[in-house]
Amino acid sequence: MGRIDIHPTHTYGEFKLRRGKPYPFGAGATLIPGGVNFSIFSSRAKSCTLVLFQKHAKEPFAEIPFPEEFCIGNVFCMVVFELDYENIEYGYRMDGPFNPTEGYWFDNSKILLDPYAKIIGGRDVWGITPDWNNIYQHRARLAFDDFDWEDDRPLEIPPEDHIIYEMHVRGFTRHPSSGVKHLGTFAAIREKIPYLKELGVNCIELMPVYEFDEFENSRIDPTTGKLLLNYWGYSTVGFFALKAGYAATGKFGMQVDEFKALVKTLHKNGIEVILDVVFNHTAEGNEHGPTISFRGIDNKTYYMMTSDGYYFNFSGTGNTLNCNNPIVRNMVLDCLRYWASEYHIDGFRFDLATILGRDPWGAPLANPPLLELLAFDPILAKCKLIAEAWDAGGLYQVGCFPAFDRWVEWNGKYRDCIRKFLKSDIGMVGEMAQRLQGSPDLYGGSGRGPATSINYVTAHDGFTLADLFSYNHKHNEANGENNSDGTEDNYSWNCGAEGWTEDQNVLALRQRLMKNAIAILMVSQGVPMILMGDEMGRTQHGNNNTYCHDSELNWLDWNLLESNAHLFQFVKHCIAFRNVHPVLRNHSHFRNVDYVGSGYADITWHGTQAWNADWSFHSRTLAFMLCGKHAKEGTVEDNNIYVAMNMHWETHWFEIPRLPEGMKWYVFANTGVTPPEDSWEPGTEPLLENQSGVLVSDRSVVILVGK
Amino acid sequence: MEVKTVTIEDITVIDLAGEVDAVTAPKIQQQVLQFAQPGSKILMDMTKVPYMSSAGLRMLLSVYRQAVARNGKLVLVGLSEDIKDTMSVTGFLDFFTTSLSLESGLKVLK
Repeated sequence: MGRIDIHPTHTYGEFKLRRGKPYPFGAGATLIPGGVNFSIFSSRAKSCTLVLFQKHAKEPFAEIPFPEEFCIGNVFCMVVFELDYENIEYGYRMDGPFNPTEGYWFDNSKILLDPYAKIIGGRDVWGITPDWNNIYQHRARLAFDDFDWEDDRPLEIPPEDHIIYEMHVRGFTRHPSSGVKHLGTFAAIREKIPYLKELGVNCIELMPVYEFDEFENSRIDPTTGKLLLNYWGYSTVGFFALKAGYAATGKFGMQVDEFKALVKTLHKNGIEVILDVVFNHTAEGNEHGPTISFRGIDNKTYYMMTSDGYYFNFSGTGNTLNCNNPIVRNMVLDCLRYWASEYHIDGFRFDLATILGRDPWGAPLANPPLLELLAFDPILAKCKLIAEAWDAGGLYQVGCFPAFDRWVEWNGKYRDCIRKFLKSDIGMVGEMAQRLQGSPDLYGGSGRGPATSINYVTAHDGFTLADLFSYNHKHNEANGENNSDGTEDNYSWNCGAEGWTEDQNVLALRQRLMKNAIAILMVSQGVPMILMGDEMGRTQHGNNNTYCHDSELNWLDWNLLESNAHLFQFVKHCIAFRNVHPVLRNHSHFRNVDYVGSGYADITWHGTQAWNADWSFHSRTLAFMLCGKHAKEGTVEDNNIYVAMNMHWETHWFEIPRLPEGMKWYVFANTGVTPPEDSWEPGTEPLLENQSGVLVSDRSVVILVGK
Repeated sequence: MEVKTVTIEDITVIDLAGEVDAVTAPKIQQQVLQFAQPGSKILMDMTKVPYMSSAGLRMLLSVYRQAVARNGKLVLVGLSEDIKDTMSVTGFLDFFTTSLSLESGLKVLK
């Protein structure tokens, strides 16, 4: 039986129209055969016109005003019949007041991008210089949303079992040494799945994959003559569309299928996908930036504006998205629901997330509605929600981010503490004890578990692991900002020489410290995250803010797998070790008591003396033992694990606690030993010769397993 | 887009020449489904197809499944390297039975 509401009711020139449906927002096929529904809202526009282009055409082939009688509330909606679904691009002209002091930027001469666009053209292939005379730079297109997922669904890996790999899509495979068919693309990640499985990670966190403009702020570096681009992509053009330039099939407009195929294959191989999402600002910048979409559609709604018409800048990039405005809140919710349900995404990491907790005038909210909305949404209920709990406006909320029992945090305190500990700063053992336990000082009070803490030593912001131990200072001259950009607080140490050196002692120490970092990270409670390439010692030559380099500075050089084979092996073993020992991945914080009757507390602290840690200010040694019978709160049995960390510059004998009768200590890792005997494949660990103690070299970590 | 059909023994060979997209897809769909009867054997020769769009891929898969649902067998041959790569990258390739050449395709169906 046919529907009774599918025939055209109006005409405009040669076009047949009928009243559309306001929901869902955006544009797409409907139950009406041959019709496309267009829906867009604006709280202050007087009128709106749909502008239609043939794909890539310079000028539109039609401009259809929305009849007034088609509007519902503030939503313009209509169905247009007989459009060539695959080959059109659409945009909007909005008419309304132009009064910047009041916050109104309507300009009928501009063609605006639909904020809900599912495919965006205009940067179809990465790096192709745009036609700057193009009257409509970023163009919305219509997507096919059908895809055969077969039985795929988000994996719902328990958060405490995650091992996260932070990856830049293009950087991962753009280097010719990657050996993939389509360099720097989604398709290429799929080709590298066997590598990710070998490494042992079960989750990839992708730096921005929605459409952004790599040519934003593009400029020539005066010293090298190189073109600097927006390479990292923390500048959204469209929240609902993938970056075409990241897809091998982007030039055909097939990025939706390509990415879904990637997610499907990753899931089949036990790997989750987390997307880095940037709701704190957009690519439109401040009053000097381009009008692409939001400014021309509903400026006052979308952006935080001062009372005299300037853009609040809590993001440090020009504008701030008005996230706690109810309309914008709904857009953010729609967006995340879209990625979760249509793309089967497993989680989201929110860039500069404290902005999401500010009211429209910038003041921090006690119960930010947006964060609460996302925490309780049914579609997002099993998605990981990760907050980078600070912003550029000075609001630092690590440990006090409004979590509603759901949000977890990038633990910047873990990063800073472990870096200081690793370079032998004094006064660190007390705080280290907290960080190793999953930071109960920050998260235990509110009843949250260790998985609330995303532990990391490195991320895209800052030094790579190799550079953390090769440089005392940042060297960002290549960014063309006189080395004034990038953080000063690196807590790094060059091990005796700044940058490149032939000194074998320095080089060996650097390798040892990198391994110490990974080893400690992998035996800490909480969720470990490693930066792409750290497993092979990737360097950015001391640049700690490489956001603008589309070059070998950022592209992962796969030859490093060979030259740093020992490091890779070590990292792989540590990840495997974590995967195999549930006692390292508890759901709840340690109680520091014996609650299963094993004779040992769940965690005990030691130093060079067993049962007696040195907590003094000048102490640089610390050890701990985990009782295997307490693994996962006593629900599973595991081996005992003992970790000795000697951050002093002299070798020390560590007396080891005695194991129960019949059990013995075996050596899993010793970063003070020459590779490849610095770590063993779990299950093949050699017996510790002297069961009463172990000599731990200067600046080394020893991990024993008791079975 | 030209669609030619030829019968070799009990196999219908459908030869396509031209691009497969939203405009040409309906014609192809109509032609192919004519021959999709229970027990039918269809070979689609794509050698002269330089390009398939998103709509084209979807039509092809839909036709393939309808043929299979009617207890027919369908094989694609002659896919260019580029098209095969696109189909692989977008996840479509795995759904089809493909063969390299007309000869090998006929063998698969026999």
